[in-house]
Amino acid sequence: MAERSILFEPDDKYNAFLRVCNKPSYTEGKLAGVAVAVKDNISTRGIETTCASRILKGYVPPYDARAVELLRNAGAAIAGKTNMDEFGMGTTTENSAFGPTLNPCDTGRVPGGSSGGSAAAIAGGMVQMALGTDTGGSIRCPAAFCGIVGLKPSYGRVSRYGLIAYANSLEQIGPMGKSVSDVSTLMEVIAGHDRHDSTTHDRPYTHTPHADIKGLKIGIPQEYFGEGVDPAVADVVKKAIGRLEELGTTTVPCNIPSMKYALAAYYVTCTCEASSNLARFDGVRYGPAADTKRSWHEAYQEVRSAAFGTEVRRRIMLGTFALSSGYYGKYYAKAQVTRENIKADFNRIFKDVDVIAGPTMPTIAFKMKEKSDPLSMYLADILTVPANLAGIPAISVPCGKSEGMPVGLQIMGRMFEDERIVDVAYAYEQAVN
Amino acid sequence: MVTEKDVQHIAELADVGVSSEELGTFTHQFNEILEYFDLLDTVKGDAAATRDLYNIMREDEVEPSLPQEEVLRNAPAQEDGFIKAPRVM
Repeated sequence: MAERSILFEPDDKYNAFLRVCNKPSYTEGKLAGVAVAVKDNISTRGIETTCASRILKGYVPPYDARAVELLRNAGAAIAGKTNMDEFGMGTTTENSAFGPTLNPCDTGRVPGGSSGGSAAAIAGGMVQMALGTDTGGSIRCPAAFCGIVGLKPSYGRVSRYGLIAYANSLEQIGPMGKSVSDVSTLMEVIAGHDRHDSTTHDRPYTHTPHADIKGLKIGIPQEYFGEGVDPAVADVVKKAIGRLEELGTTTVPCNIPSMKYALAAYYVTCTCEASSNLARFDGVRYGPAADTKRSWHEAYQEVRSAAFGTEVRRRIMLGTFALSSGYYGKYYAKAQVTRENIKADFNRIFKDVDVIAGPTMPTIAFKMKEKSDPLSMYLADILTVPANLAGIPAISVPCGKSEGMPVGLQIMGRMFEDERIVDVAYAYEQAVN
Repeated sequence: MVTEKDVQHIAELADVGVSSEELGTFTHQFNEILEYFDLLDTVKGDAAATRDLYNIMREDEVEPSLPQEEVLRNAPAQEDGFIKAPRVM
């Protein structure tokens, strides 16, 4: 197959890219010659991959993640690696070891996170589409804050092989793009079974979005418009839902009682998984060299305290504590019960309705350095974590503005009904454009 | 309540280190976050997590793998084709 290359020289005013590939090659295929940016926690053969952490500075993966291999097979040109919160731990992309990404809609504000670089690369017009990852909202939040489209696929629909793990039971690689069609096209390329990821299902995605959603029933959870949600953002989203009603859908109010516990359950689960996953970064197989003359305990501690950022160390310690003897039942076990309760709530609601709609984020993009306290930063994830805990698909589509900043409409669907939420997002997008 | 001593201990267990300047801040933040997590004490139900996937077996066949040089390329310390690690004994 003839291999050609494109010239990719973006004017990156937003620090969206950690690494740019100036002359990426491409082949024939569905995405022939399309520049696609890849979040820096997804392995790219021959291209440095750091998770925006000093502990992986200089690490060049010897293999491609399955999603990247599929992109290359489809002809895409890998345009570069995008900035993120270190290891995906954050909601603003300020936690990058290599400086924050700026929001192209207002450079005094954060782009959201953790896939903030991918969102800014698209919103800033540098690429048409990008890969992100979503552990607790990391695709949908930056999509909402930057005014683009982002899909968190159903858990198991896209292979995590080659994704540098942070919280395996929650995270998915997913497509981000300027339009719903872009996101759908990218999803078609990356979805499917992979024998290297035993949690993937044999459910390929071959779907062309269509805008006829007449007769669809949409659940509107009261919790998505309650305390903590900026009333101005809620109003924009309510108007968007009104627009969906004009397209022939009906809306029904519903409740997710278990949502009260969702954020605590999410943070217990992800910090516990992180404390285990990130134990592999010790300066032996990759990263800054551990002093092999010292005892392993001293050597690892020296490397890890110097090369991990504060938020990463905070989450590793929280997870270590929550899993320590005497606390397992109090934290981790209860978090898993909560996950089951949340799944049960969604299953009950989805007996009556086809999709659930609400805001993606409770506010517009924060100002830079506005969220300096960790707990207040965590609380911003309240509307996105339920989908990760339940494994269901969720998409964010731009639905208007508040204070001149984009607002995202979030649509969640039944497990493996990614196609349906794509259609609802597409119908909305077509109706307003 | 976790104390500064507890945080110091956890930092050692997790091999992440904590400086004396950070200790107070981390301890304060941990107490705030753990107090929020206490909400989980009131969770009802004991539904065991269920998974709809079962063991997936395959033949144990040798497949092409990465050459040794490529696997070792990222390791900062090597000796005779092995990765060198700090002593554990």
